[in-house]
Amino acid sequence: MISFSRSVVASRPAVMAFRRFNSDVAAFKGVKNAAGKYTVTLIEGDGIGTEISAAVKDIYAAAKVPITWEPVDVTPILKDGKTAIPDEAIASVKRNFVALKGPLATPIGKGHVSLNLTLRRTFNLFANLRPCRSVVGYKTPYDNVDTVLIRENTEGEYSGIEHVVVDGVVQSIKLITRPACERVIRYAFQHAIATGKPKVLVVHKASIMKMSDGLFLQIAREVAKEYPQIELGAELLDNTCLKIVTDPEPYKPVVMVMPNLYGDILSDMCSGLIGGLGLTPSGNMGDEVSIFEAVHGSAPDIAGKGLANPTALLLSSVMMLRHMKLNEYADKIENAVLSTIASGPENITGDLKGTANTKHFTEEIIKRL
Amino acid sequence: MLRSSASKLARSAIPLVGARNATTVAPTSDIFKPLKYGGKYTVSLIPGDGIGAEVSESVKAIFKADNVPVEWEQIDVTGVGNSEDGIRESVQSLKKNKVGLKGILFTPVERSGHSSFNVALRQELDIFASLVLIKNIPGVQTRHSGIDMCLIRENTEGEYSGLEHQSVPGVVESLKIITKYKSERISRFAFEFALKNNRKAVTVVHKANIMKLADGLFRRTVQDMGAEYPTIKTNDMIVDNASMQAVSNPQQFDVLVLPNLYGSILSNIGAGLVGGPGLVPGCNIGRDIAVFEPGCRHVGLDIKGTNQANPSALILSSAMMLRHLGLESHADRISNGVYAVLAEGQVRTPDLKGTNTTSEFTKAVLDKMESL
Repeated sequence: MISFSRSVVASRPAVMAFRRFNSDVAAFKGVKNAAGKYTVTLIEGDGIGTEISAAVKDIYAAAKVPITWEPVDVTPILKDGKTAIPDEAIASVKRNFVALKGPLATPIGKGHVSLNLTLRRTFNLFANLRPCRSVVGYKTPYDNVDTVLIRENTEGEYSGIEHVVVDGVVQSIKLITRPACERVIRYAFQHAIATGKPKVLVVHKASIMKMSDGLFLQIAREVAKEYPQIELGAELLDNTCLKIVTDPEPYKPVVMVMPNLYGDILSDMCSGLIGGLGLTPSGNMGDEVSIFEAVHGSAPDIAGKGLANPTALLLSSVMMLRHMKLNEYADKIENAVLSTIASGPENITGDLKGTANTKHFTEEIIKRL
Repeated sequence: MLRSSASKLARSAIPLVGARNATTVAPTSDIFKPLKYGGKYTVSLIPGDGIGAEVSESVKAIFKADNVPVEWEQIDVTGVGNSEDGIRESVQSLKKNKVGLKGILFTPVERSGHSSFNVALRQELDIFASLVLIKNIPGVQTRHSGIDMCLIRENTEGEYSGLEHQSVPGVVESLKIITKYKSERISRFAFEFALKNNRKAVTVVHKANIMKLADGLFRRTVQDMGAEYPTIKTNDMIVDNASMQAVSNPQQFDVLVLPNLYGSILSNIGAGLVGGPGLVPGCNIGRDIAVFEPGCRHVGLDIKGTNQANPSALILSSAMMLRHLGLESHADRISNGVYAVLAEGQVRTPDLKGTNTTSEFTKAVLDKMESL
């Protein structure tokens, strides 16, 4: 049983109290196959998904990354009236422990929950990791952005518990539980250590939501005791919004961690600072499996025209390589992508105010590997 | 005490829901009738915590110099500590005077601490609409230019309902309440505001793809009301996208109408875009009470008492108040003074990378007002 009273927590030694999860939260468990390669599930996605996935595959082949792709189809099926992912896809991700995913269009109509939400629930992907770094070659009003944000991904405002009390009065429940908070906060501390950041910053609104956000904050203070080398800070959501927009520089040495809704809003805001979702990688971390994805839409208007920008999916795949401890390949590909974007408008795609098509962009990256 | 009476107020709203309530009648006539005795208005002044005392002094000095016919009724309430006496006095004073100028009261983060006095005051007085004006100020260089948006935020329900409980240890539920009644009156306010101020579009910000019932109700209510205002364009945007758009392309926004929490987020992003909380004025409007306070509600405890705060936000809020009272010429003189000093850029407080103090800035505004 995972929940017990505070007094019990307090009376146990700190280490015991937190033994409910893998001590290395969200670590990669995959092993190489007989050919010395890891198998990675590939969800190409809808719309431009096929094209940007093809770019990733070409670049990985050129860089000789020891990965075999296992493409799966996640077109949703209705199982007992609920949106579900085909069993083969689930089995593939569970077997490989890691997946790369392009954009998915949520089918419109009753009965379908968003596929992203379904994936998160199916694999219990509890943390969303969203780094944002200014991209040289694409000018925005901000040029010194380097933020890392971790968002609780399973509960909070997105619990889905809502009801109409009487006609015209709706109640929506934000659910905060100790295990979910503990897990994501622990992940934040481990991420800070792994990436050499000295500080974890909890973003909250505990002045107003004293119990729910208060619990999140309190757990952060408890977990922080296990990581004396990392400083813990806390900031009100309004302050964080104001300060990042004013100057993102002070957030460089910081890993931010926060409940679901705040993370959703702030992660997209940070993407806005560097030029939008087309440049932003994202990782969804779970105890067993992790899925790395491009968070932008499927852009049906340019699908099939060879004009799509694969950067977000590429940078997400780079996060994946680091997660799999294939750092050398990650660095190589990341450098090639970033130096291609910096090389001028003739080598980048239209969404970045360039003139190249997907093919040319991909070739330029391969040249720079 | 306060909490319970506030929730009583919320409950009493429920029976009204079905009926055609007062707010569906457009507020055309002058419903604000602050009292004027001996040719002067009495205004409740609540300096608040942090920088409140200093910036209130600026406003008092400026009003005195300009012979503004306003008599202050000052209430020195604080959110530091647990006493609710001051807040009760504030409520009484505001109910009597119907107009107030207010700084921000501190709210403790600790679970044992009292709930927000700011929220309690808004709920108790039912000042439901928060209006924040985000506009580039000439002379204040920021990353973006050409920003001119009005944020209209529901002030009394949503995520700030204050209803929370612990089901079992380690499992907490926090309730967000959205009602048709309150969504309707804030929408009405937004469209009427847009109409009176020659605005072209109203955007409702929501997260109805996830909170289908709660935010769905809010969005639908705004959109339905939009049909009654054919000259104003109504559109909607999901809150995460709105935040992203606000930092990358803020010029697209005109009037935004938002539930409570999203209003807090967007007003802070907005303040960051145009130069910080020291520059953004705001007000809270109810059916018969109006309280003017800085739009981006920051206490500023860290610079309290150091004479460093930028008083512009409160001075501009007080100018909005004067317009509300019909004292246009005073309002113009005061706001022109502030804008002129900011535009010249000779005298600036540290938040705008200057070295001047609050009192020096105030003096510059006073000098400017004389020469204008």
